Amino acid sequence: MATITREKFDNIIEIKNVTKVFDGITAVDNVNLAVRRGEFVTLLGPSGCGKTTLLRMIAGFEMPTSGSIFLEKQDVTTVPPHLRPINTVFQKYALFPHLNVFKNIAFGLKLKRIPTGELDKKGRPIYRKFTKDEIAEKVERVLKLVNLEAYGHRGITGLSGGQQQRVAIARAIVCEPKVLLLDEPLGALDLKMRKEMQSELAAMHKNIGITFIYVTHDQEEALTMSDKVVVMTDGAVQQYGTPKKIYDEPANAFVADFIGESNILSGVMKKDFLVEFCGTEFKCMDKGFGKDEKVDLVVRPEDIAINAKSGALKGEVVSTVFKGTYYEMEIMTGDYQFTVQNTVEFTPGQTVWLSVEPDGIHIMKKLKTVNEYVGEIISENTVRLCGGDFEFMPGETVYERGDEVKVKIPFDKIELTDDETDGVIGANVTQTLYKGSYYQVQVYTDDDNDFFIDTVDEWDIGDRVGIRIDPKDLTVEKTANEGGAVADTVADTEVWDGE
Amino acid sequence: MSKNVKNGLIWAFVGVMLAFMYIPIIILIVFSFTDAKALGVWEGFSFELYRDLFTNASILGAFKNSMILALVSALLATALGTTAAIGIFHMRKWKKSAANFVANITMENAEIVTGVTFMMFFLALRLPYGWVTLIIAHTMITTPYVILSVTPKLSQLNPNLYEAGLDLGASPMRSMFTVIIPQLIPGMISGFVMAFALSLDDFIVSKFVNGSVETIPVYLYNALAKRGADPTLRALSSLLFVVILAILVALNVVSAKRRKKT
Repeated sequence: MATITREKFDNIIEIKNVTKVFDGITAVDNVNLAVRRGEFVTLLGPSGCGKTTLLRMIAGFEMPTSGSIFLEKQDVTTVPPHLRPINTVFQKYALFPHLNVFKNIAFGLKLKRIPTGELDKKGRPIYRKFTKDEIAEKVERVLKLVNLEAYGHRGITGLSGGQQQRVAIARAIVCEPKVLLLDEPLGALDLKMRKEMQSELAAMHKNIGITFIYVTHDQEEALTMSDKVVVMTDGAVQQYGTPKKIYDEPANAFVADFIGESNILSGVMKKDFLVEFCGTEFKCMDKGFGKDEKVDLVVRPEDIAINAKSGALKGEVVSTVFKGTYYEMEIMTGDYQFTVQNTVEFTPGQTVWLSVEPDGIHIMKKLKTVNEYVGEIISENTVRLCGGDFEFMPGETVYERGDEVKVKIPFDKIELTDDETDGVIGANVTQTLYKGSYYQVQVYTDDDNDFFIDTVDEWDIGDRVGIRIDPKDLTVEKTANEGGAVADTVADTEVWDGE
Repeated sequence: MSKNVKNGLIWAFVGVMLAFMYIPIIILIVFSFTDAKALGVWEGFSFELYRDLFTNASILGAFKNSMILALVSALLATALGTTAAIGIFHMRKWKKSAANFVANITMENAEIVTGVTFMMFFLALRLPYGWVTLIIAHTMITTPYVILSVTPKLSQLNPNLYEAGLDLGASPMRSMFTVIIPQLIPGMISGFVMAFALSLDDFIVSKFVNGSVETIPVYLYNALAKRGADPTLRALSSLLFVVILAILVALNVVSAKRRKKT
């Protein structure tokens, strides 16, 4: 019994320090992940976050630039895809158009070799192919599983999207893979079909007991189907946990923003179990933060109570939308616009009071409030960093030209300019997050560095901006270790990490 | 100018142009059915010239040569062109444009230049002119057409098809032959037919590298040069024209039908 339990819970896939770089762009950045046998794990994130690249490395279509992938404790990093006991359901099915349904599904079986149980003279196991009857029987069984019993002789092109998807799933699971990879398999289906296939896939996972690794950008799909969800952005894992944990206790502001509707604010921990935001103190369930530590916090729209007479925060209804079973209202308080869901409707213009129970507030650690880079001294008051020459105020320490230094700039001391040429360097806006009274904007410079900026202005993702910094806001320090750190110019890759 | 007049002028222009192009051919075909010595004299309907054609040993020999040459070079061009198309299709950025440009050079180059180039190239290699040089030259000038007809099929493929083959346990080679090649067959066939037709009617390049092997177009030229307008040549030219025309029409009909279906 004990061995069975252990086998059920051991790791079938282990990903260790995997990084993938395409043409100088990092698609997957030092990912570590373990998937337990039999689990339904979803890789969730916005497009371009590296989730599909990670999946393709597990399948063997891409080789990691560094790091290793283990399947049942065996290093398979360099094993080509046709030798891995892993099968994939592709985004656009990738069925073979020249073969009918039966032959599509039989394709993998015809190539498979199984041990006969006998050994040859040298003691090596003898392998054989499946017989015609065995193949026919297996194909029929799997066709039944995907509800396409009478479709074996049909051509592929005449099938509907949903039917093609079922054939693609049948073709993959008939090979009895150790892990089934699914790359946004429901993306091409309409909403109704997608819902049906979601529950069918979840049921199938329970029935056949194969480990599923599923890629999607649809957070609802991820939360409803999976045992575990891996939230990714910028090629890195932000959080790994059960759907409930990820929804209730997002590790950081990005996860909170990506999973479900949420109000994300900045606050200050006054003491254990007491947080201040919007100028008001609230009881909360979190402790272990420093006194007056700045934190991010998330309040779900359904956790805010709304009342016409009394509460903690006074606000005015800006808009209200009926959503079927509840009303979604935007409420403007002094400095934050809350999204609130309630079954009672309040009309725009009405003055209301908001309150939140302690368990409705989730506090997240703010890891970083300062941008840190390695720069090079160009003259007594100029430092070169991220491809641009910035002025700074020389202090007591005298630097030589060519000295390597550490440069710190607080989030709120960086100015973004509309016109790229007004700034010292140019950059693209890659993320923006509303934090109550301000926006936190992440920009990406041409030489591959991130800047975080707190600003009251709203910027759009993809905007081209200039970066300007007041000389007095640039702190220049000697680097601890001389040289060697040039490659690691960004000391803050963990900015979104919660814990 | 009224619309009618304008339309009338356009039709008149097109009519004159087509007449200039086709009247000589039509005259040739019409007069291939009479056995008068000189072109333009009608001595009654007869299949005599065609009978001569099919009993003339040197013509039959040239016909056989042309067929073998077209078949072998078209097969080689299909294999080479398909491989090249797959390779070029999976190249990136500037490499792709460069490869495409190089592949198209023989198509855009003046044929006389291609012919002279081959002649000098084989001379430098000390390769005697004959079957080998003819096959090499014809394969080279027809391969770009195969690439052109296979590439569109490749871009229509599901990008994951090859990987799906690998995923299900097929080796890279096997996945290429059992998954990708079957999808390219229509393109390969039209490429093959086009290469076949081009090889069949090529004269200029053949003339430079044929040595003692006579193909139909080369025979036609040599016969004219030696003996003047032999009446049999009327039948031969007509037949060549009709055969090439038939191949091209068939190719167009088939591809139009396939377009309609998808």
